[in-house]
Amino acid sequence: MADSISREPMLDMFIFETLQLLDQLEQSLISSEKESGFESSIDEIFRIMHTIKGSAAMMLFDDISKLAHSIEDMFFYLREEKPGNINSTEITDIVLNGVDFIKNETAKLENGQEPDGDATDLIKEIRDYLSNLKSINNDGNNPINSDLHNTPEIEKDQKYYISSNSGAATPKSHKYEAILKFEDECGMENIRAFSVIHDLKEIADVNCFYPEDVIEGGGKSENSEIIRKEGFRVVFSTDLGLDEVRERLSHTILLKSLEVYVINEDLEDIMGEMTDNGEDEPKEQEVKNPEKDNASSDSFITLEQNEGSFDKKPLPERKSNPSGENAGASNKQSVISVNIAKLDKLMDLVGEIVISEAMVTQNPDLQGLQLDNFHKAARQLNKLTNELQDVVMSIRMVPLSMTFQKMNRIVRDMGKKLNKSIELEIIGEETEVDKNIIERISDPLIHLIRNAVDHGLEDSEERVAKGKPPAGKITLEAKNAGGDVWIFVKDDGRGLDREKILKKAREAGLIHKPENELTDKEIYSFIFMPGFSTKEKVTEFSGRGVGMDIVSNNISMVGGTIFVDSVPDNGTIISIKLPLTLAIINGMSIKVGKSRYTIPTISIKESFKVKNEAIITDSEGNEMIMVRGEVYPVLRLHRFYKIDTEIQNINDGIIVMVENDSKVICIFADELLGEQQVVVKALPKYIKKVKGIGGCTLLGDGSISLILDVAGLVEIK
Amino acid sequence: MSEALENVLEYEEDTQKGKYLTFVIGKEVYGIEIKYVTEIIGIQQITEVPELPEYIKGIINLRGKIIPVLDVRLRFKKEPMEYNDRTCIVVVDIKDVSVGLIVDSVAEVVAIPDENIVPPPEANTGFSNRYIKEIGKVGDEVKLLLDCNKLLNDEECENLLNI
Repeated sequence: MADSISREPMLDMFIFETLQLLDQLEQSLISSEKESGFESSIDEIFRIMHTIKGSAAMMLFDDISKLAHSIEDMFFYLREEKPGNINSTEITDIVLNGVDFIKNETAKLENGQEPDGDATDLIKEIRDYLSNLKSINNDGNNPINSDLHNTPEIEKDQKYYISSNSGAATPKSHKYEAILKFEDECGMENIRAFSVIHDLKEIADVNCFYPEDVIEGGGKSENSEIIRKEGFRVVFSTDLGLDEVRERLSHTILLKSLEVYVINEDLEDIMGEMTDNGEDEPKEQEVKNPEKDNASSDSFITLEQNEGSFDKKPLPERKSNPSGENAGASNKQSVISVNIAKLDKLMDLVGEIVISEAMVTQNPDLQGLQLDNFHKAARQLNKLTNELQDVVMSIRMVPLSMTFQKMNRIVRDMGKKLNKSIELEIIGEETEVDKNIIERISDPLIHLIRNAVDHGLEDSEERVAKGKPPAGKITLEAKNAGGDVWIFVKDDGRGLDREKILKKAREAGLIHKPENELTDKEIYSFIFMPGFSTKEKVTEFSGRGVGMDIVSNNISMVGGTIFVDSVPDNGTIISIKLPLTLAIINGMSIKVGKSRYTIPTISIKESFKVKNEAIITDSEGNEMIMVRGEVYPVLRLHRFYKIDTEIQNINDGIIVMVENDSKVICIFADELLGEQQVVVKALPKYIKKVKGIGGCTLLGDGSISLILDVAGLVEIK
Repeated sequence: MSEALENVLEYEEDTQKGKYLTFVIGKEVYGIEIKYVTEIIGIQQITEVPELPEYIKGIINLRGKIIPVLDVRLRFKKEPMEYNDRTCIVVVDIKDVSVGLIVDSVAEVVAIPDENIVPPPEANTGFSNRYIKEIGKVGDEVKLLLDCNKLLNDEECENLLNI
């Protein structure tokens, strides 16, 4: 942790990668739990834990790496032994605990803190569970051949982690020779060889290695050549068992094959015989490695085969690690992750191309000329730039699947705690939404799902009594409709209690209409009011009455709207309408003097012309206007921003009525220029905050229009 | 390899060292360190932004990037002048903030060795004194070297913006 500056990009990569892997892991775990077996996903789980372990160890986050290692051990056992009677729920619980721990630590790193959590208890729990599992299965099952290798290995690992230096303190009892071959084309073989030695020095005394001068020789290509052809040989002594040594070496990045022998010869002899394999080595192994004596002379073959199977799975992501790609790419190689700043820049450039194109094709110099071929080419260019713009916009779009899959975990955990059996159905997770929006709707969705599980769904007994299937069902659905995305959260629970909501609304003084005029939907919408909760008891998950109004606030912050409908005993459905992207809004352009402003169409109620007589002025000069019996304040933009304009008379200009949070003001402008989609850009940082201006945008002719922040404007009035 | 790269970077840094872009405002010639300058563009349509100090003329669209422009003339409390085809916007990038400086005209890029740079006279009480970091001598001429940071982020400016 000393050199934080040079590590930062790596740390970023680590955080990004780890979080992504953990999400994947969670999904696999939960899907395996449903199938009550790990057969299909064990390789993936194993691979993920392995990667996390490796990268955490590289970043010196010991607790994470040890924890990941112990989980890996467990899955290693499950994969190799295929024990029959495993309890997948228990395993999932344990692993999810581990996942939570790593997530917490990663979150700390993200916030610039040290990952100081202590995983000892968790590791112990996992190890206990594993040894328990082993003892059960060893009694019951006839252990298969490889059991002999694996069991001691894992136990020894345990010892290693309790006192990692024991190897260095005690005399080294075993001598090994290892031949490592790296992947073809991996490059820098000598440096890789050096890192192997470096790694080995932690656990063993390295006696000699060949080629000898990988360290001093630096970039000598002949060394790399030798390693490439013959492999890298190293002789070392340690008191670790053969399997453990093999295990450790097999973690070398980009390893193609590995052979480890036990030897007991004088080192000089070895060096002399380096060119051909010592013939008595297998014999030595027999003597030195009592755990393996039943394997006798063909122990070699078993070993290599084991190695082969061991290597195959982790290999793909080992490949991707040094090249800096995210490890998730190993199974989805068509996906890359790009810094969002680069995308924004690309979008800027494309916007600029569109404007430049207009400047060329509508150039005043061309006027009056007969240019058939030019116009043909210009049309082609126009088609391409439009397409380019669409593609760039689509790059920012991300499928909702990650957000939706997170809900699996929540439903599972809550279901267990509340003792309800729940089925979560996910529809349309491939629907794409702008990245910014996805980030902001995740929390509201969690709230809604929690509410559905906690308030909506009944207990199994109650459900059976009502003639419903005992397992509750929650449906999470997303779909595209026009320029919007709809997300539905549906449950088949007891539905909202109309009378209870009415009563509560009455108590809270939320009803401003005669009660018999309220529609069901209006009544149900009260649940989005601040401080409204019909649940008498506060549970761990919900009932504090802060949930729904925050949900509705968050949704409206991204320009969305939320609706609720419910049928008693049939369930509740909450629908969320979201815009596809935040970066583009529909805006009405207005003109004041020489300046142009854009008002988001969503907040415009109406626009109209008025006569001077309709304006009411109070004693302080504040102007107001009466529309259909209600009085609204008038904001003259030219006065407010001190803009020179010829249109001072209310008769000549136009009034735009805007609304935010049920507050309405009337903006007076010179004229309306028209509605168009605009790309929202922030004002330069240097300018800081200007009252009532939310950002700016480029118009078709390259000029800039300022976007009015309606929420800010209504507050000012 | 990385060493070689570092050398290249150092070299690049070196070529910028001691070089100044000079521009004219009124009768004086000012200089700013070339490393701050990203580009020089002609005057273009400026969108006014309300509630800003007078010397911040507004924002411009620089190939899709919106940057504020600051009239150095007004910043130095000189008389405003009509913009003409000599008027230039010098785009500077200081601490990741891009700002355009409107100047009467751009002169040249000169190398001024360190020994020809002297601190401004202390007794100087003339206008715009506080923005001048140093004075450079090129031949018989004197260039007033500006402190870009002060030019952009003056306390006065902060106060104005916070109103």
